[in-house]
Amino acid sequence: MSNFLFKNRFFLSRRAVQLLVLSVYFLANAYGLGIVSGNLSSSVVFGTIPLSDPFTALQMFFAGAVISADILAGVLVVLFFYGVIGGRFFCSWVCPVNIVTESAASIRRWLDFGEKESPLSLSRNIRYWIIAISLGLSFIFSLAAFEMISPIGIAHRGIIFGFGFGWFFIIAIFVFDLFSQKYGWCGHICPLGGFNALIGKYSLIKVVHDKDKCILSMECFKVCPEVEVLNMVGKKSHIVTGAECIKCARCIEACDSGAFQVSIVGIAKQLRG
Amino acid sequence: MDKITSLGRRLFLQKIMQGVGYSALGIVAWSAFLSKSQAKSLTLRPPGAILENEFISTCMRCGMCVQACPFDVLQLATISDSAPIGTPYFIPRTNACRLCLDIPCASACPTDALDLKRLTLNDTLSINNAKMGLATINTQSCLAYLGLQCTMCIRACPLADIAIVQHSERNPRTGMHAFLKPVINPDFCTGCGLCEQACPTEITSIKVLPLYISQKNIGSHYIIGWKKEDEVRLKNTPTDVTMEKTKRNERSAIDNVNDIEGILK
Repeated sequence: MSNFLFKNRFFLSRRAVQLLVLSVYFLANAYGLGIVSGNLSSSVVFGTIPLSDPFTALQMFFAGAVISADILAGVLVVLFFYGVIGGRFFCSWVCPVNIVTESAASIRRWLDFGEKESPLSLSRNIRYWIIAISLGLSFIFSLAAFEMISPIGIAHRGIIFGFGFGWFFIIAIFVFDLFSQKYGWCGHICPLGGFNALIGKYSLIKVVHDKDKCILSMECFKVCPEVEVLNMVGKKSHIVTGAECIKCARCIEACDSGAFQVSIVGIAKQLRG
Repeated sequence: MDKITSLGRRLFLQKIMQGVGYSALGIVAWSAFLSKSQAKSLTLRPPGAILENEFISTCMRCGMCVQACPFDVLQLATISDSAPIGTPYFIPRTNACRLCLDIPCASACPTDALDLKRLTLNDTLSINNAKMGLATINTQSCLAYLGLQCTMCIRACPLADIAIVQHSERNPRTGMHAFLKPVINPDFCTGCGLCEQACPTEITSIKVLPLYISQKNIGSHYIIGWKKEDEVRLKNTPTDVTMEKTKRNERSAIDNVNDIEGILK
């Protein structure tokens, strides 16, 4: 049992954090719990600390909206945290859609159609194109384009304020990830993940690979949702520098020989490579 | 010109055009949804909301106004609602705005989508300056206009006798009763919808409509002759309006009428 807990220490803490964040927001709306107010687009913590999603704010800017001082302050706070701990921390530790897509990925692994080639093979760079398209459409239609269809928005607003037909969207993503494309949404399409990756490119917290300990079991490749970031595994000891790393720490859990570690890496060292 | 022999280049171009194809499909569907969301619906926004098209772009969809509302009047639109997704709205027939004096919703807004400046008139901030919509009465189904003594909307109105005034008129059908007709004063109606919530007819006879559908302004192309400030607008209008001469209007109307010969010709 304790072995199970240890093997899943990051996974369990991530789920705990995700559920805690969601329930704090939920309780704030349902019962007036005063820790936070708002939702993941924009919120105020303890009535003082503003938090705002930078990607939403950028879309609003392109849509021609006036960005108020409160929102700007919130964006700066979030940019600071994303810059330090890594933008895609949001993806694996907070985002409610992550729970959906990771479940789909686990079922895929369990049913053993994970590694087979999918007929539709999407590029992992689609998300960056979708960022550009979002901003373009925001400009043309004068509204935050991605926020209108964002499953992340639908999911967290749904949990906090009620879903409507938003359920279908979440189920659609689950089915897409399960049958059509491995890590289809989070690893290929989601522009929010792409944007957060760009912000957190040089974040200080990184996973570090130690080639000397690696026994080439390839377990890390099976669990990693962004396999491209593991390109150095077994070849050289290196920092996982890929911006797309979501810091889920599945590789650390999966590796029996302890070839991965979390550590704090200065920007200078990252640039040196 | 040489035939394209480089397979690499051919494949590269093919890949790019493949991407263009996929994104064209996606962008069309996405744009269709966006333009649908831009279409104005009969949505009523919280007090202090800026103009609808600016509201959609400025609202961050954070729901702080919804959380701040002590009467659970405000809701965030889901994907199944007619209002653009994630934006706050209320349905007065089921739960009308109570016009809280401290305006918790607009105060909570982190963007300027709910703008306290729009609730400020002559340097005083008051919820009574709210313009969420304008109540309109269907005089065909309103009980008071049928001759019954109803007065529900007037009693429900937080600005009774100001925003809804009761007009008493003789009822010629009975000859001995009065019509006690509610009449809206658009200068003071806040659009809170408490009248709509109180209306006892099966389908409400008093309905709050958004200001782009129902408002006091008659439009700038009308001049009200008995109003001095309206008359002033006529001052700079050119008087020598000349029309292009065509065969039909080369003679004046009077000449045409007097010239019987010309008409008979």
